Amino acid sequence: MTDVETTQEKTTVVDRILTEYPQGKRDALIPILQEVQAQQGYLSREAIVKIGKHLGLAASKIYGVATFYNQFRFQPLGKFHIQVCRGTACHVKNSTAVLDTLRRELKIEPGETTRDGLFSLEVVACVGACGLAPVICVNGEFYASMTPAKTRRLIEEIRERAEEHGN
Amino acid sequence: MTVSAETKRSGATESAKTVTITVNGRSVEARQGEMLLTALKRAGIRVPTLCHLENLFPSGACRMCVVEVDGFANLVPSCACPVTEGMSVKTHSPRALRARKTILELVLANHPDDCLYCVRNDNCELRALAAELGVRQRRYVGERRQQKEDLSSPALVRDPEKCILCGKCVRVCEEVQGVGAINFVGRGSATRIAVAFDEGINLSSCIYCGQCIMVCPTGALREQSHIKEVMDALKNPEKFVVVQHAPSVSVTIGEEFGLKPGADVEGLLVAALRELGFDRVFDTAFAADLTVMEEASELVHRIKTGGKLPMMTSCSPGWIKYVEEFYPDFIENLSTCKSPQQMLGAIIKNYFAEKQNIAPEKIFSVAVMPCTAKKFECGRMEMLHEGIPDVDAVLTTRELVRVLRMRGMDFKSLTPQVADTPFGDRSTAGKLFGATGGVMEAAVRTAHYLLTGTDLPDLKVEAVRGMTGVKQARLHIEGKDIGIAVVSGLGNASRLLDEIRAGRNDLHFIEVMTCPGGCIAGGGQPHSTNLNAVKERMQALYRIDREGTIRTAHGNPAIKRIYQEFLGEPLSEKSHHLLHTHYHKRDVLV
Ligand code: SF4
Ligand code: SF4
Ligand code: SF4
Ligand code: FES
Repeated sequence: MTDVETTQEKTTVVDRILTEYPQGKRDALIPILQEVQAQQGYLSREAIVKIGKHLGLAASKIYGVATFYNQFRFQPLGKFHIQVCRGTACHVKNSTAVLDTLRRELKIEPGETTRDGLFSLEVVACVGACGLAPVICVNGEFYASMTPAKTRRLIEEIRERAEEHGN
Repeated sequence: MTVSAETKRSGATESAKTVTITVNGRSVEARQGEMLLTALKRAGIRVPTLCHLENLFPSGACRMCVVEVDGFANLVPSCACPVTEGMSVKTHSPRALRARKTILELVLANHPDDCLYCVRNDNCELRALAAELGVRQRRYVGERRQQKEDLSSPALVRDPEKCILCGKCVRVCEEVQGVGAINFVGRGSATRIAVAFDEGINLSSCIYCGQCIMVCPTGALREQSHIKEVMDALKNPEKFVVVQHAPSVSVTIGEEFGLKPGADVEGLLVAALRELGFDRVFDTAFAADLTVMEEASELVHRIKTGGKLPMMTSCSPGWIKYVEEFYPDFIENLSTCKSPQQMLGAIIKNYFAEKQNIAPEKIFSVAVMPCTAKKFECGRMEMLHEGIPDVDAVLTTRELVRVLRMRGMDFKSLTPQVADTPFGDRSTAGKLFGATGGVMEAAVRTAHYLLTGTDLPDLKVEAVRGMTGVKQARLHIEGKDIGIAVVSGLGNASRLLDEIRAGRNDLHFIEVMTCPGGCIAGGGQPHSTNLNAVKERMQALYRIDREGTIRTAHGNPAIKRIYQEFLGEPLSEKSHHLLHTHYHKRDVLV
């Protein structure tokens, strides 16, 4: 039931965006993808097929173009969206270890969402908080000077919190 | 009957202006504006290529075809370089050779050293190039991509680790077939050829035509093999194993055993199949005759009763899937006839089984086909009969060649044999199914007979012959004006369907073959297939027809008999039950 409702809702959002590009020109692809992602948080299959029909492009082509850029994701955001900064300062302070920890703990790659829908992961360019390096950002909230151990604890905490809420 | 042809010639005629260029010190005639590679080829100078596709816009991606051109500081890719008067070219200078070798060595940097086990090891273009350029060591070691094989589809297998990203599959799929199931995905070292959302190809719009396999220079694409199933059945004493071979196979397979393109080896093929141990060897062309009877009757019926027109042929399973996915509004236009493969399968497991007193589940029915989509077709739900598939396994021409080699058979020295009755007797009209236009020609012959009670004075229907991608004609039979079109390559089909969607209404009957040129150029044919070979195969089919004694489906005594003994008449209840089916809209990632 909810599934159907969400699908319908998504459909209308994409439709509305597409009406802003009535000629169906192919150079509109990137702006359309950006707008759809801005409104829905990700590029759903339905959205991509729909955009493809509008622009006369195969779904594989749109997916190909979208995967060329880092900014697009193909799974809905998790309840907790984790952004890992890969700016130079963070890199120097070993943000790689933080990212690897998240990958292992969550068993997902950047751009993906955990099966339970709790976490999603994204790698972002410098967030402009170099003083806090290495920094990660969860639903807009910054966590400074991260280490693998701190990262694991944070995930643990979020999971516990979510569990309490769930019950 | 009179025929007025309005044959459209695809491909613009090149400007006739000749220019002279110098290649390796000798002068060579070329046509102004054509690509250098084309001119070199005509002059008999071979420059290796990896991404070049005949008749498509050059992509210039692989750089394997680089040559030295006077006046250019850098090496120039000959596939994408237009010829100009007075141009001076060195194709195999030390510099060009060194560049090619380095490019190849870089391509090989992350390539698995799997040649011993690779399905393409006897005809891999990459391996051949490494030999040609004298690559004897791994000079660059790149990180190996680790990607799983995509085994999800019933027809083809993708092995991304062997992919060199030449892009040919992508271009054929999109530009020739109008499908676009696969594309370049990701960037940098993570670039790969994939289906939308990196899904299995079974969820994509892929129609399993196998044209991508035909152009792939490596073992990254191959057919889903049925060799093991067939071999197991052959050695199982409980199984009664029958085989049918498609019309195009006998005019193709000889090439793999050293015969000239266009040699017809029907007798040798039958002998070889018997030697392999098949209990019966039948000819799919018999079922093609049956298809003609049913389809021509269906057409006449539709015309007389105001049924859905234009009627479209349904023998090519890739085309069927294409309509289900991209043009579901045309499903009613598809003939309800099953393909010859499936008709024969159904007849074998019902009529033949009953006559021979063999339980249908004991029969293992094999089809030798020029086609990968036939593997998909035989597993379709519509093709099961009380849970039993009409056809159990499909071997492509390529796979049959492998099996024959495995058995060490000296193909050429076999003594020709004739196929088994009753499904080995065919007309030459059924044989024509192997080339684009063949179904139409066969159907026109029979439709004429059905409408007038007489045969066409000259059975040949020239307007639908030849390699052209779109052929159209108008037939005038007994005051009826019938518009026909023959299309091969689904890009062409798509353009025609768009015209019809937009209101075009002068056509009554359309033949569509998925592969450009028809089954003789099918996705299951040997990798050596090229345009010249395809043309020779086509001429072979025409020759067989010219020299044949039974040249119409309705004139085939075996066909008459099966109607008398079993089916009754075309479109009878029994025919409908066994030989006809319906198709459905399909949701895939288009
Ligand atoms: S694709 Fe060619 S080079 Fe690669 S393993 Fe197979 S035969 Fe060898
Ligand atoms: S089999 Fe045909 S449709 Fe499928 S990917 Fe290959 S070329 Fe495209
Ligand atoms: S799969 Fe084959 S044809 Fe396609 S890009 Fe890779 S090597 Fe080229
Ligand atoms: S063949 Fe010319 S660039 Fe690939």
